[in-house]
Amino acid sequence: MGYFMVKTRAIVITGNGTNCEVEAAHACRLGGFDEAVIAHISDLLSGDLRLDDFHFLNLTGGFLDGDDLGSAKAQANRFKYARVDDLSEHLIDQLLRFIQAGKPILGVCNGFQLMVKMGLLPAFDGNLLQQVATLTFNDCGRFQDRWVYLKNNPASPSIFTRGIDRGIYLPIRHGEGKFVAASSEIMDRIEANNLAVLRYSGPDYEEPTMAFPENPNGSEHAIAAICDESGLLMGLMPHPEAFVHRTNHPRWTREELPEEGDGLILFRNAAEYVRSKLV
Amino acid sequence: MTRRIEIALRVQVRDPRGERIKREIEHFLHLPVERVRTIDVYTVDAALSDAELQQAAAGPFCDQVIQEWHLDTPAARDFDYLVEVGLRPGVTDNVGRTAREAVEYLTGRPFQPGEGVYTSVQYLLSGKITHADVERITTGLLCNTLIQRYTILDAATFAAQRGVPVFVPKVLGEIKTEVREINLEVTDQELMRISKDGVLALTLEEMQIIQAHFRDVQVLAARQKMGLGPRPTDVELEALAQTWSEHCKHKIFAGTVQYEDEEGNRQEIKSLFKSFIQRTTKDVREKLGDRDFCLSVFKDNAGVIRFNDDWSLVFKVETHNSPSALDPYGGALTGIVGVNRDPFGTGQGAKLIFNTDVFCFADPFYDKPLPSRLLHPRRIYEGVVEGVEHGGNKSGIPTVNGSLVFDGRFAGKPLVFCGTAGIMPATINGKPSHEKHIEPGDLIVMAGGRIGKDGIHGATFSSEELNENSPVSAVQIGDPITQKRMFDFLIRARDKGLYNFITDNGAGGLSSSIGEMSGECGGCRMDLAKAPLKYAGLNPWEILISEAQERMSLAVPPAKIDEFTEMARRFGVEVSVLGEFTDSGYFHILHGERTVAYLPVAFMHEGLPPMQLPAKWVPPRHEEPRVVIQNDYTADLKQLLASLNVCSKESVVRRYDHEVQGGSVVKPFTGAANDGPSDAAVVRPVLDSFEGVVVAHGICPRYSDIDTYHMTANAVDEALRNYVAVGGSLDLVAGLDNFCWCDPVLSEKTPDGDYKMAQLVRSNQALYDVCMAYNLPLISGKDSMKNDFYDGSVKISIPPTLLFSVIGRIEDARKAVTMDVKRPGDIVYLLGKTGNELGASEYLALKGFVGNRVPQVDTAKAYKRYRAYHEAVMAGLVASCHDLSDGGLAVAAAESAFAGACGMNLDLTRVLWTGDDGERNDVTLLFAESASRHLVTVRPENRGAFEAAMGGNCFASIGVVTAEPVLTITGIDGGTVVRAGLAELKEAWQRTLKDL
Repeated sequence: MGYFMVKTRAIVITGNGTNCEVEAAHACRLGGFDEAVIAHISDLLSGDLRLDDFHFLNLTGGFLDGDDLGSAKAQANRFKYARVDDLSEHLIDQLLRFIQAGKPILGVCNGFQLMVKMGLLPAFDGNLLQQVATLTFNDCGRFQDRWVYLKNNPASPSIFTRGIDRGIYLPIRHGEGKFVAASSEIMDRIEANNLAVLRYSGPDYEEPTMAFPENPNGSEHAIAAICDESGLLMGLMPHPEAFVHRTNHPRWTREELPEEGDGLILFRNAAEYVRSKLV
Repeated sequence: MTRRIEIALRVQVRDPRGERIKREIEHFLHLPVERVRTIDVYTVDAALSDAELQQAAAGPFCDQVIQEWHLDTPAARDFDYLVEVGLRPGVTDNVGRTAREAVEYLTGRPFQPGEGVYTSVQYLLSGKITHADVERITTGLLCNTLIQRYTILDAATFAAQRGVPVFVPKVLGEIKTEVREINLEVTDQELMRISKDGVLALTLEEMQIIQAHFRDVQVLAARQKMGLGPRPTDVELEALAQTWSEHCKHKIFAGTVQYEDEEGNRQEIKSLFKSFIQRTTKDVREKLGDRDFCLSVFKDNAGVIRFNDDWSLVFKVETHNSPSALDPYGGALTGIVGVNRDPFGTGQGAKLIFNTDVFCFADPFYDKPLPSRLLHPRRIYEGVVEGVEHGGNKSGIPTVNGSLVFDGRFAGKPLVFCGTAGIMPATINGKPSHEKHIEPGDLIVMAGGRIGKDGIHGATFSSEELNENSPVSAVQIGDPITQKRMFDFLIRARDKGLYNFITDNGAGGLSSSIGEMSGECGGCRMDLAKAPLKYAGLNPWEILISEAQERMSLAVPPAKIDEFTEMARRFGVEVSVLGEFTDSGYFHILHGERTVAYLPVAFMHEGLPPMQLPAKWVPPRHEEPRVVIQNDYTADLKQLLASLNVCSKESVVRRYDHEVQGGSVVKPFTGAANDGPSDAAVVRPVLDSFEGVVVAHGICPRYSDIDTYHMTANAVDEALRNYVAVGGSLDLVAGLDNFCWCDPVLSEKTPDGDYKMAQLVRSNQALYDVCMAYNLPLISGKDSMKNDFYDGSVKISIPPTLLFSVIGRIEDARKAVTMDVKRPGDIVYLLGKTGNELGASEYLALKGFVGNRVPQVDTAKAYKRYRAYHEAVMAGLVASCHDLSDGGLAVAAAESAFAGACGMNLDLTRVLWTGDDGERNDVTLLFAESASRHLVTVRPENRGAFEAAMGGNCFASIGVVTAEPVLTITGIDGGTVVRAGLAELKEAWQRTLKDL
């Protein structure tokens, strides 16, 4: 790469119980970002780092604040009310500026919960801070670590899932992943605008399913991922950063698999989008 | 004013937590409950305006899509009984702490001292049940009265008093700091009373040594200068009790044993630890010469070995048995977050890369009466499983390997083994990362949580048997998030070189951590008044020995302290400077200006003479089993597959995140439907490299009923054969020993102590013999020697148990092998020979026998075969491999077949036999647990190369993988002895624990 090119920069926020920052940053680099910075939230609150200096924000998996008030609730509150030390602004101001600049955000698992509970998804009419859906306890009542088949919705505006053929296979690892819309009108609007990006299905990626364990949490409409109308904000319960190489696959010792894992495409798409539109 | 905020699910929303409780009530208590709903309660004891409270209730406390909030008005309706369960005063309330932080962000104002938020949960029960039923549900399922309190209200009372009365579980201690002096110039009887009443767990001899110390005129003169009298303070006596506890000092392993074997040969063993464990490592390292890979063994919180030029591996396995017996959830949670601090506090500090868990329980379906103080095995099971789930998952550390072992005697004490591995750069700031030091003048710094009365006397209480009076205060509740925050901070402080020394605050609290650190540099001067407390009213001795969780102790150079504390503030981690390290030779503790303890460091660490322990080995003789010869063993195989020790543990394992950190290569479950049981785990700790870490373990307590020598030999062999099965290299593999014994000290309470001690000696002998043969250095370990229950009439002692864990490397993780058969036509090999060794097997247990012919390990042959097999794996010649253990060949074949969704045809006439040919029969060939065997499948085109690689070793082709989904085994007379569809075998194997 020539020195004249601007570096594409991804940021992964960690701290207070985020756990997947290392593999998320690794996936960003494999996906094509020139740089992937793991930033402790204190680096942002002290003003040492600013979201404005990055192109792609990862809100990744973990147990923010131990899920103590319900998953991601305490972090949603922190994002809304925490002040940045040396700047006369709140963290939320930086986040809204990031979105208004047309930069992509990917929320995975705990990060998806955070986006939904803050109101960043589905964010109808650009209404970014109004919660209209939630992710709650799995119907089975337990945390589950298992792999799921995710049927892609090719009509969705998500920039992350472009080029996915029929679906992708990824692990879920959560206790609160059941997607629930606040009303049937909201669900209708999610469906009408093709904002439901991925759904739990059988291995053929044909029909969405409500049956455990293919649908591990009982999500309404078998929804595993949603995006906003711009397609730049997306959240999903499964972990794309956990399947970037074939040895991550639970059956890699018995199946002929490509070197690259199914989850990498989301990061590759984000990197391509940034390279083509933002730098 | 105190206010209550209640958060209820909206009426139409399902309540999975309530549904789970309902299922448990039906399943375990057989009571007709129609419905259970739950409500979260926040009791807010802080000066907040109505508007602020409403904002908190509607915002961070409530998810309004599915929940509704109520301020000062009860949310409960439509129920017959209401049970509210909250924590007792002083018990760590993690949710309450998060709630408080959320309110502080909202208001922009920190809470004042004494203000707080406390949480509780309401269970609304509907159905034809009585008040007595509700009591049973509450004490049997909802509430552990040791740490929780409860209120039961029927609907009428609830309506009459308009809800549940406000209660603030605040610790109301008097604000005074008392230091007592203890008169030791008393009778021996009185000395023992002082020890027992104070839960000091000191013997008469130890009390007399302390008595003698305080008669020494030089000691008295030195004390006088510090303003101390001739009597020890309670702080001093407690500090000595912690330092000298069995838990911390390992007196049994350090003692002098007079061992007599079955032929009357006598031998004096000075310290089992030095004679066997340390010597194993020393001798193996000498044998390895320049191939030695050990970096730090036995001297730090965990062992350290080389991984490659750039990275070092750290591993430790701990037990947390006694606390788990009293409070399974809190005990196990603390077990896992506690062992996390060991690798983290090793060398300059390691990043944690995986956890391992092994639990030993009694039958969760046990349905006979138990001694009153014992919790039912199913509650232990549920609580421990959930505690480790929360501890591991929330910490972001994958749980990659483990097992569940069942034996009725674990009702007396469950065993909860928790292991954690870490990785650190080989050098940090130019210095080897596994080394650290303290300079006199370095500051004593405590980081992390605050100190409370939780976990007082944990170290000493676990050095005694569990009894009716075991102290409540010994239990702590861990908080993975506080610890995670601290680790996030400390790992960055490490990389900036902001501290010289780090260690864990575990058993014995500051008394142990600062005591040990003082041993490094020769003394300390520490002011307990500077320690941050959860609440007022702790006496100095309590501050010193509290085992409150999530704390690390550090030595920080004065020049770095400002940067260290500023960074901690930004990360939201509390750090306190408590004093400084010195070279005075004294453990000098103050409270404010006043000296409260002044003990010579040498006396603390070396003042104790070795225990004298008699040991006499008399081999037990069990009834020789009469095994009925049958024509068909299919039904026996299915019963074995369904037995607790063999059956699928998937319902537990799926609750543990085994993939976080992104490096998972061989997962706990594998095969065509992701449900076959892996032998070992492989992870890639560095994501841009394909070098893998392999971890495995072996455990076979049942063999102790015959001979602990062979129990140990088999445990070590099982660990290594699991490790080898997936592709682990024999050139870089180390072992960890965790001994869990029943009290082996001959006494009135333990009249068979000399036998139990002999069992311990034999176990150590085997450990040395087998590890030497396998080139396995021991890098760390732990012993827990008092795993008995005794209430004066009933005594339950666990079977002597060694958990042996191995950690090592696979050069290229892409060559790892899993246990599921891969395709029809593949050839099935059995590596190793089978002998007449059904003794203490799962099969004999099923038939109600123990037997005498325990499996014996032929280490020379096994090691050579393991090496040849590893070459075959590296050459890509192996399609699948499964180790043979519980249930022998038949169980291993069934598991490999149904995991791979292909059948198998096996012929027992082709299985290699060792020993008397007249003893060879189908039942033994099918179910004997002879050591060191692997069941391997190989593609037909690799047959020649595989057989060449294995040349000169005992192995035989015994059958073929088939497309037909049936396991068929032909007996030595040519008849079919097992024939069953894979679906029915898998169903038998999966059913037992599926719903737990």
